[in-house]
Amino acid sequence: MNQEVKSSLKSFIIELVVYAALVVGYFLLVLEFLGDWLHRVYMENPHLYAFLALALIVCQGVVLEILTRVLLDLIKPRMRD
Amino acid sequence: MNFLISGVHINPLYLVGVGFIVGMLGGFFGVGGSFLAGPALFAVGVPMNYVVGTDLAHIVGKSIVAAKKHRALGNIDFKLGMIMVVGTIAGVEAGAQTIQWLKRTAHIDWVVGLTFVAILLGISGFMTWESIHTMRLRRKTRASSKPRPGEHPSKSDHSAVSHIARWIHRIPLPPYVKLPVSGVAKVSLWAILTVAFVGGFFSGFLGGGAGYIRMPCLIYLLGIPTHIAVGTDLFEIIISASYGTITHALKGNVDILIALVMHTGAAIGAQIGATFTQFFIGPRIRMAFIPLPLIGAIIIIHSLFTGHPGK
Repeated sequence: MNQEVKSSLKSFIIELVVYAALVVGYFLLVLEFLGDWLHRVYMENPHLYAFLALALIVCQGVVLEILTRVLLDLIKPRMRD
Repeated sequence: MNFLISGVHINPLYLVGVGFIVGMLGGFFGVGGSFLAGPALFAVGVPMNYVVGTDLAHIVGKSIVAAKKHRALGNIDFKLGMIMVVGTIAGVEAGAQTIQWLKRTAHIDWVVGLTFVAILLGISGFMTWESIHTMRLRRKTRASSKPRPGEHPSKSDHSAVSHIARWIHRIPLPPYVKLPVSGVAKVSLWAILTVAFVGGFFSGFLGGGAGYIRMPCLIYLLGIPTHIAVGTDLFEIIISASYGTITHALKGNVDILIALVMHTGAAIGAQIGATFTQFFIGPRIRMAFIPLPLIGAIIIIHSLFTGHPGK
């Protein structure tokens, strides 16, 4: 295995571990609280629910993209040291 | 974890795992991965109407991550993507209406299933022939099997059937558009809209994002380089899947919590998949794409014979 692939693999594993810890925290804190409230909105107001569904997935998409990119940027320079 | 909206109990790690796999496929091939995500959700008891709507919502989030990465790599033709959105949305509506019409007739599962299988096998067979033929040509001309350093991979992308795209570029049907990012000097607007409509139709007819049809159409019919086709398809999916999410959510078919959990896995998978594209030339990406429609076809055949709707 060449040096470049080894380094990429190592940085990927570190990123995965940090990311997994953050995601577990996210499940426990955010999704547990959101569950009941979203269910109520789903039952009572379909239009608000449709808007919220799209807004939530778009926001999570943007936030997780930034998070994964920042994590990778933080890990890569350390790997080169 | 209890998902109150769809009334199912699923281990979130299972959803993260499924999301990760389809995220990687999406980032690398520019497809939504619904042919895998759909059966995976259905297998753990998610009702079919929620499978379709929730998968679309998850595709939106995943495509944002992968498209941002592709944008950074210079793989998105925004002009092409925006034009395609119009054709796709019209196609999705037409596909959904065809389903409604077929619902009134008998054997809808067989009609849809066999259409799906025929298309998937056709795509796989054609792409196998084309990729092998192109790789042989490259070997004859001693072209490198990896992108040259510092050069965008699309510059060294060739196809054995590029004459089809050249013929389509010459269709005399104004208005014409120029796509400098994709290296297309002139193409009829109607050709782009037709390709987008066909992709959208199958998305509405068969469910999911139909990237397995749109991606080959972009490459072989419009002559878009593979890397740009992958990135542009993802960009276009964000908009068309958002539209699908809203319409399905209004009909009560989206469990957004399932989509959010799946997306946590898909986000990192999509980053990895998109990063991998820069290490491969177009024909190699196309060759790696070939098993995907085959897997989809096997799932559908299995569903038809066991009675489990696998899409």
